[in-house]
Amino acid sequence: MDALFLADDKLSAWLGELAAARRVLVPVREREAVVFRPYAAGVTPVLDRQANVPPKASVFPASEALMSFRYTKNPENLGQVAVEVHETIDAPPTVVFGGRPCDARGFLVFDRVYDTPKIQDTAYKKRRENTLFVTLACDDPQNTCFCNSIGSSPYDATGSDVLLTPVSGGYLVECASERGKELVESKLLSDGNALREEAKTVHASALSALGPAWNPSPAKAKLIEKFEDMGFWEDVSAKCISCGACTYLCPTCYCFNVTDERTGMKGERIRTWDTCMSYLFTLEASGHNPRPTKAHRLKNRVGHKFSYYPEIHGGPIACCGCGRCISLCPVSVDIREIVRLSIERPTAKPENK
Amino acid sequence: MSLQDELKAQIVKRLPELDVVIGWGQGYDSLHRTPLFITSEADVDKLVFDPLCVHNLSTYLTRYGSAKRIGVVVKGCDSRSVVELLQEKLIHRDKVMVFGLPCEGVADLGKVKRALAAKDLDMGRVRAASFADGDLVVTVSGQEIRLPMAEVQADKCGRCRYHNAVIHDEFAGQPITEAAPDTYADVAAFEEQTLEERMEFWREQMERCVRCYACRNACPLCVCRDYCIGQSREPNWVSQRDGLEEKFFFQMIHATHLAGRCTECGECERACPVDIPLLLLKRKLGKEILELFDYRAGTDPDAKPPLLNFKVQEDTINERGW
Ligand code: SF4
Ligand code: SF4
Ligand code: SF4
Repeated sequence: MDALFLADDKLSAWLGELAAARRVLVPVREREAVVFRPYAAGVTPVLDRQANVPPKASVFPASEALMSFRYTKNPENLGQVAVEVHETIDAPPTVVFGGRPCDARGFLVFDRVYDTPKIQDTAYKKRRENTLFVTLACDDPQNTCFCNSIGSSPYDATGSDVLLTPVSGGYLVECASERGKELVESKLLSDGNALREEAKTVHASALSALGPAWNPSPAKAKLIEKFEDMGFWEDVSAKCISCGACTYLCPTCYCFNVTDERTGMKGERIRTWDTCMSYLFTLEASGHNPRPTKAHRLKNRVGHKFSYYPEIHGGPIACCGCGRCISLCPVSVDIREIVRLSIERPTAKPENK
Repeated sequence: MSLQDELKAQIVKRLPELDVVIGWGQGYDSLHRTPLFITSEADVDKLVFDPLCVHNLSTYLTRYGSAKRIGVVVKGCDSRSVVELLQEKLIHRDKVMVFGLPCEGVADLGKVKRALAAKDLDMGRVRAASFADGDLVVTVSGQEIRLPMAEVQADKCGRCRYHNAVIHDEFAGQPITEAAPDTYADVAAFEEQTLEERMEFWREQMERCVRCYACRNACPLCVCRDYCIGQSREPNWVSQRDGLEEKFFFQMIHATHLAGRCTECGECERACPVDIPLLLLKRKLGKEILELFDYRAGTDPDAKPPLLNFKVQEDTINERGW
């Protein structure tokens, strides 16, 4: 397909067009944080840096009602209670505009779990189908970015529907999926074929700015080998304060919690983000907790992403290399370092008891 | 001997008596330091102390069982948390060894970010950072930028009365003699707005809270953590929904539980990944406590925090005289 061109001064007009038929989520600045908010005339998207909060909530909200329910007592026989249940799926047609390639790719990790031949998460699937991604290639990665080490790149369009690349005077606009075509049918876009070469230079310079890639794949076996090596995990988790910043802001962390919240005779079953870094994540009703310390929990976060997930799903790592868990961690826990150490450091053999 | 070397020598000397000493080391890039857990002399070499050592390391003291003897390196403000923890008997004096420092002020990376953003530069791309003549000098996107420390220093440092650790077993360097008054001018200025304006401000701020609880877990005094009533399932005090009510409700819980205990170290605000100005809430309560009880948390190990104390007649509250 042909490449198109969007001039800088046509950006808001294009956003306006897109927003006419759909909810368009764009990154905006609030104090020093960049978060995704619905576009409306007058909103200025922030396109020169990575958003603090990825657009995860577009497809996987922090909190959503899965169903509503109501109990009705039989007036003739008060012991008899009927329950009425309604499925509630909120899936507005949405375009996520101005996320980064890693943000869009995060959902590929979700797909292997929530949309499989065996299991279909209806709410997830509906929103996934209704959400398109107009992604912006990165021209200048940050210190915490490492997409090149997990087999991707600052211009990887996998998982996106349209890829924008900053070029002089505007953006090169390329369709990245069949569904992307409907988004680029705009008179505001002109022929951009002449700018393809320039875009390639932008891509190459972004990739080289990332520095040499390292290979995380040996971690798959090494993390299993280190499963019992609690000394290692205590060491690398010492500074962790067990909050949820890393997991909640991760484009690939997909765990959730389900709670029935009821007032009187009616209520809702809600699904909310959960975090494996919390003590409550594996706290069992008996009071037993199989992951009682932060060392156990960090082992799970790193192990799941770089070993168990690739094992179960045929290879891919459950990390998109966005670096948010590093840059937004209050104490700078660095997952790259932990993965590297898991490969490099000799494993302590558990003592024979 | 530099302050940093003096501190290192003190740690080497005392390390044999301790299980671990918590200090700061180099983080993932030139602008970030990270908590360092020293268990051997070789680790001591990695220790750093400069205005980028922002973390209040006393938050780790309540995360070890009482069997361990922990050394902790503290700036003036951090040391107040240690005192407050002692006052509340949350740690034991003989299990903690305090390496106190004089501190001229730390950088606020939020301000650094803002200062760079104003020049169309991104803090996440800083390649080198150093200090020279009162400036933080950073190299970013091929440019060298000098940021005067006075502009990027944390607000708490500008109003600091306690530059020197108020409690210590070892003290490195020379004590600082200045002490700024804190008039709570920021709180007073905020309160000049109408109630509606203030509510609107907080609505806007809390909207982006992701309920990650970094604010709670970074706080040295918010010690319930794994048993927090903001998260407990049985009873389910706070709904799992992510509406403003829940987010705000949690901050109210946090702030009120910290009233008269909070030392205004600002870790809650620093830890927040979406830059919510949480310290303002804590400062409001700090101001009330100061006015009501003439009390500043974490300055006297023998004092009883006012809300953990019972007096039949409070000195400044007219309870029965009407
Ligand atoms: S790794 Fe960092 S962000 Fe994650 S739980 Fe630990 S302290 Fe919080
Ligand atoms: S509430 Fe905030 S400012 Fe107060 S002690 Fe806790 S972290 Fe420090
Ligand atoms: S650290 Fe910020 S985002 Fe996280 S719970 Fe606290 S206020 Fe909300």
